[in-house]
Amino acid sequence: MNDMTPPNTIGAVKTTLKDWESDQEVRWCPGCGDYAILKAVQRTLPELGSDPANTVFVSGIGCSSRFPYYIESYGFHTIHGRAPAFATGIKLANPELDVWLVTGDGDGMSIGGNHTMHVLRRNLNCQIMLFNNEIYGLTKGQYSPTSRVGTSSPTTPMGSVDRPALPCAFALGSGARFIARAYDTSKQLVDVLKAAHAHQGAAFIEIFQNCIVYNKDRFADFTEKAVADTHQLWLKDGEPMLFQKGAKGITLDTGSLTLKVVDVVDGDWRAAGVIVHNVRNKAIANMLVEMPFGPFPMALGVLFDDPRPTYEDAVLGQDAKAREGKVADLGKLLAKGQTWTVSGTAADPI
Amino acid sequence: MATILADQASSQQDGHVPETVVVRFAGDSGDGMQLTGGQFTLSTALAGNDLATFPDFPAEIRAPQGTLFGVSAFQINFGSTSIETAGDAPDVLVAMNPAALKTNVQALKPGGLIIADTGEFTKRNLEKAKYEVSPLDDGSLAKWDLLAFDISALTLESVKPFGLGNKEALRCKNMWTLGLALWMFDRDREPIILWLKDKFRKNPVLADANIAALNAGHAYGETAELAGPLKKLHLDPVPTPEGLYRTVTGAEAVSLGLVAGAQLAELPMFFGGYPITPASAILHNLAKLKEFGVTTFQAEDEIAAICSAIGASYAGQLGVTSSSGPGIALKGEAMGLAIMTELPLVIVNSQRGGPSTGLPTKTEQSDLYQAVYGRNGDAPLPVIAARSPADAFDCAIEACRIAVQFMTPVILLTDGYIGNAAEPWKVPDPASYAPFPVRFLAENNNPEGGKVLPFKRDERGVRPWIKPGTAGLMHRIGGIEKAIDTGDLDYSPAVHQTQTDARKAKIDRIAHAVPAQDVALGTETGKLAVVGWGSTYGPITQAVRRARARGLDVSHVHVRHVWPLPANLGDLLKGYDKVLVPEMNTGQFKTVLRDQYLIDAKPLNKTSGQPFTIAEIEAAIEAMLA
Repeated sequence: MNDMTPPNTIGAVKTTLKDWESDQEVRWCPGCGDYAILKAVQRTLPELGSDPANTVFVSGIGCSSRFPYYIESYGFHTIHGRAPAFATGIKLANPELDVWLVTGDGDGMSIGGNHTMHVLRRNLNCQIMLFNNEIYGLTKGQYSPTSRVGTSSPTTPMGSVDRPALPCAFALGSGARFIARAYDTSKQLVDVLKAAHAHQGAAFIEIFQNCIVYNKDRFADFTEKAVADTHQLWLKDGEPMLFQKGAKGITLDTGSLTLKVVDVVDGDWRAAGVIVHNVRNKAIANMLVEMPFGPFPMALGVLFDDPRPTYEDAVLGQDAKAREGKVADLGKLLAKGQTWTVSGTAADPI
Repeated sequence: MATILADQASSQQDGHVPETVVVRFAGDSGDGMQLTGGQFTLSTALAGNDLATFPDFPAEIRAPQGTLFGVSAFQINFGSTSIETAGDAPDVLVAMNPAALKTNVQALKPGGLIIADTGEFTKRNLEKAKYEVSPLDDGSLAKWDLLAFDISALTLESVKPFGLGNKEALRCKNMWTLGLALWMFDRDREPIILWLKDKFRKNPVLADANIAALNAGHAYGETAELAGPLKKLHLDPVPTPEGLYRTVTGAEAVSLGLVAGAQLAELPMFFGGYPITPASAILHNLAKLKEFGVTTFQAEDEIAAICSAIGASYAGQLGVTSSSGPGIALKGEAMGLAIMTELPLVIVNSQRGGPSTGLPTKTEQSDLYQAVYGRNGDAPLPVIAARSPADAFDCAIEACRIAVQFMTPVILLTDGYIGNAAEPWKVPDPASYAPFPVRFLAENNNPEGGKVLPFKRDERGVRPWIKPGTAGLMHRIGGIEKAIDTGDLDYSPAVHQTQTDARKAKIDRIAHAVPAQDVALGTETGKLAVVGWGSTYGPITQAVRRARARGLDVSHVHVRHVWPLPANLGDLLKGYDKVLVPEMNTGQFKTVLRDQYLIDAKPLNKTSGQPFTIAEIEAAIEAMLA
């Protein structure tokens, strides 16, 4: 197969953060977590050497989906939930474009869940940022498919009863080959975005985002500075799964085949049986995406990264193969099949 | 014996050859009737007769054998004059089992010929067809000529040397029947034999068996001592313009027209589709034409199909999507986005009976309102309707042209009848079509410098097409109302008023960029205009021709540009005392005409899932002029 995916080269075009700021007034609520994500993306793009002319941000509908208007690149604010389908057409029409999808928990997990699944299983080479604030913001505070049970909202005055979807588990189940997690104000977000960009194929990033109006501080129990050390597990490929400044780690209980938090004494994590993270290990990824917060810290960083050939390479590879040595002669095509000539009134098969 | 064929045969001896004959092959959906019909069509075309066909098959892929709802039929009308419809009542009905006879015999002309396979008129099959006694024996078929013999046994006998199993051997029945039909109409077997050899090239035994069955059926006509009705009949070739011909179905013509349209626009084509009857054939066809710069994408649903096509258009290709009514309904919101962002797009709707799932394999024209009006907001877009399989080629090119020249989605309407039906087609010369190459914006269009103006309209009200990847022209588009020229978010009252007006004016102006409405048959003024659109072309024009031959003052106007209507149509229609609008719906185009021109257009409606017969329209013409 022809490898036609352009390498995600770092340092190709020199830009600064300012070059990625559009002249549009940003219209999110003051204090919204989206501001921090926007800045992180605008910091990431110069580091990647991205070319604004070659970069396309595609979004659906919702607060997060206003994102493209604020980035000085090409941008397409589409319809609710369908951004992955637009992105698929864009990439198949021009695989050279660097495509970023911006979606939310309503846009990507509810109305557009179907398209999220298919863009992931097809493995279109793009970055998918799902801003998860566990609420509908733009429509004024209804509960979302990621809201926790009991969420009180205008549509669930007695609390929501349906169990929330786990975006990363959904992505892994859909066949995603890159899954990462971060939160809006995390300083590691830039590195996570860079890792996603380096991944050839669909890179899924769940970004916990604070909706200060309808779901304020929903993630404070692990994002607050005071609890960050004890409640965040930042995963790094090839490094032990340690948190609380190395005092605790994650191990595998081989008896029950489940994860377990263990104490690490004197920094000897090997003795404690702490797992070394391997981003290509899907079994570990399966456990990490389901690892419940509370008994466990929140798993953040790159959970899974094991590339496979991309969709556009496969499709355009077939197109190229079909075209090999063929001339597109429309006249011949029209006259294909069984034809006859009429001269006078007699017909002769040819 | 007063039978049509016998009359025709005898009149042929007198030098009076019938002009047209209608034959219907009907059998179980597993009997290969569509294949038989298709090959008979080819042989008819090769004999130089004009023709039109009407395949009529059940929605079920393998309906239970022998049942009434499992009957599959193929009708062909052919002859030595111009043919526009699949014909009204058949002259000949080939019934392969009791169910096929029961569901089709009432359509047969009085005095018409029934050819029935007695081998299938078993007790069990009669029960399945809800016959208490065999109609072959009880005299209930008296008003027709009946030729009943054991085609099953004759077929088995003819393929005996090839050692096939009973089931496989019986599958050759359709070729035996085709052989007999070829004899009846004096047709050459050679093209069919070549086709069989090619079809079964991996299994020469099956090829030989089918050829043997074909020859046996032919020989049966030639040698058997048949009473009365079965007479050999030769229809002269129809005089047609010189040139190279082939048969084409509407689905093929749309596919080829889209390829031609993309070439004339000098663009690669992206086709996003989702399987749906009867539109899937277009996706199948285009998937095989990758060397023409076509990329096809089978999306996860109808919505993703259109959204991917819009994405491809945004990225600089010609985006195309296709479906049938239920799928088009799902695409509505995305069409609105293409209207709002002013991106080119072609949407093909192969209409079927509705609402909801409706009649998936039957034909109707009931999506006109959906095409013209069926979106939220003021969301105008051009709508083009193909009148016949061959016409669909030109219509597809026209849809591509309008889409790229006016930066708008365009709907192309065909229907199940056009999609599946075949007709002879004079192969067009691609060089005879004027190219309409697309020019993308390459440099900043802002006269004052500053940032690019993606929604700066030209004198036709059309915005530039800007491909992502173009240096210096970065901009954002979306479904929210936008400021003049810059396209920045702006939903202030004056802006929405101006942009709504501009979107409407742009589409309205297309009325002047399409050919003036002509009169298909008749005069430019008079007592009655029969106004049609889409696949009613055939029956309307035949009915008008017959009425005019009898001295009635009636003309036929057939509208291709259903929206916006050609600029002269209103004045043209006001030149007639009366206007009649036959449609396979409850009167949708009639309402559009009344609304646009305040004329008293009268409806003639049919929603049985079957095309109009010529007689039905002729009767309405007579009633209007009485």
